[in-house]
Amino acid sequence: MPDALTLTWRQYRLERRMFWRNPSAAFFNFVLPLLFLAAGGVILSGNQHDLDKLVPSIAGMSVMSTTFTALAYNIVFLRERGVLKRIRGTPLPTISYFGGVAANAVTNTALQITIIVLAGRVLFNIGWPLHWAELIVFVLVGVVSLAALGVAFAHAIPNFESTAAYVNAVFLPVVFVSFFVFDDSHGAPGFVRTIAEALPLKPLIDGLSGAMVTGSGLSSHLDALVVIALWGVFGLYLAIRGFSWEGSRA
Amino acid sequence: MSNTAPAIEVSALCKRYGDYEAVRGIDISVRRGEVFGLLGPNGAGKTTTVEILEGYRARTSGEVSVLGYDPAERSIELRRRIGVVLQSGGIYSHVTPREALTHWARFYPRPRDVQEVLELAGLREKADERSRKLSGGQLRRLDFALALVGDPELIFLDEPTTGFDPEARHAAWETMRSLRELGKTILLTTHYLEEAQALADRVAIVKDGRVLAIGPPRELGVGAARYRVAYRNSDGELTERETDDPTALLHELTGEALASGARLEELSVGRPTLEDVYLELTADAEATAGPHAGEPRREVSRA
Repeated sequence: MPDALTLTWRQYRLERRMFWRNPSAAFFNFVLPLLFLAAGGVILSGNQHDLDKLVPSIAGMSVMSTTFTALAYNIVFLRERGVLKRIRGTPLPTISYFGGVAANAVTNTALQITIIVLAGRVLFNIGWPLHWAELIVFVLVGVVSLAALGVAFAHAIPNFESTAAYVNAVFLPVVFVSFFVFDDSHGAPGFVRTIAEALPLKPLIDGLSGAMVTGSGLSSHLDALVVIALWGVFGLYLAIRGFSWEGSRA
Repeated sequence: MSNTAPAIEVSALCKRYGDYEAVRGIDISVRRGEVFGLLGPNGAGKTTTVEILEGYRARTSGEVSVLGYDPAERSIELRRRIGVVLQSGGIYSHVTPREALTHWARFYPRPRDVQEVLELAGLREKADERSRKLSGGQLRRLDFALALVGDPELIFLDEPTTGFDPEARHAAWETMRSLRELGKTILLTTHYLEEAQALADRVAIVKDGRVLAIGPPRELGVGAARYRVAYRNSDGELTERETDDPTALLHELTGEALASGARLEELSVGRPTLEDVYLELTADAEATAGPHAGEPRREVSRA
């Protein structure tokens, strides 16, 4: 008899296989952050202080795109195409299905963070992460929170055609606001800073920065961790409560 | 639960969406090994009824039992024993039928052989093609295959051949007949009369959320117990006469014709088809559809 753990593994294997077969998904996952890094590197070339900020910012953005963006897209697509409804009619345990999907997102995030750490080391002369444990804790909490928010957000998207508009309407402002208030010297207005600090991405970037570049430990970023975790609780609540297995039929 | 217990029992099933009553007191009982058809126009409540039985929707009231389970509880044990072909269910674009079936087979305790299912569903040639490259008809076969791979005892087919060309429809019918031969119970919804007539052991005609008539397709027309004799009269008009005693009527007609030297062109003797019954019943319902549920319905039992 297949048990839930085996089925989680099988679902994960299938998700990985589908991921590699979809060239555009693979591109957005691996090439895009490298392009951002390269572009930022050219613009900021020679300015080590800013390069030190760039790498954790791109890492934070990557966590958001591999979880929030990817899951919102996927869930809406599968829901509107009737795949989720079909799965719902089988004995595949719900926990195994979402376990496989989540493990797939975690894998993509881990691969991206690895690429970014390597690129930062090779291209921008940034050392190896100073606090591995802090890096892992922030990435894990960030993945869980942003993945849950992505699934929850899928519920607000009415059809697949409008997914890009909905996702970008959230993703782009969050990225901009979190990037621009990173450095005090840019002199962002106070309320923008407050908004950025309250959203999950800026605290995630702060934590990653501490782990990867500045070396400030986990203890100095506990408040950031709490903000991300609170978003996670909120996201999980909405993801589970509002989850819809079926598309809206015309 | 013994094997003679019905596979599906539904009594006084009601489903309300806000002010709209999609299902208004349906009673059906499906025996094991039977192909049971729910026949009715679009919007009759067929899909709502089937989706309650499959565990997708909660009922408003009534009793429902599927293989002894209440489907609303959504138990995994029940889902291991049923197969579902949805009216429109999608599949991952980047996997092949063989991969999808291999994955699906793992959900079930005693799955069928994947190659065997591919052949049964007529997908052998497309087994290793990504599903986004399959045609609509081939995807529908994959729907069948995915529903069968767990070797279910009870199979739900919601309008399985809608949009098929005649050839594909007959191929699907052959698949369904072979399932019946394996002893599977099938609940089929359709708005094609020929499909119900060709496949179903018994049919329930549904309209406006109620069962109007229930019985074997051939006997549903027997309520009025009439034969229909048709011919072209001497003026060339097509004439139809109904009778309970076709022998006497034919004797009379042929006697007159021989006497007058006329020919009874296009002479035929027939029984009302399911279509006649269906049209009569659904037209009646239109005329008399009232707020009360307990209207008398036509019961026909197998002789």
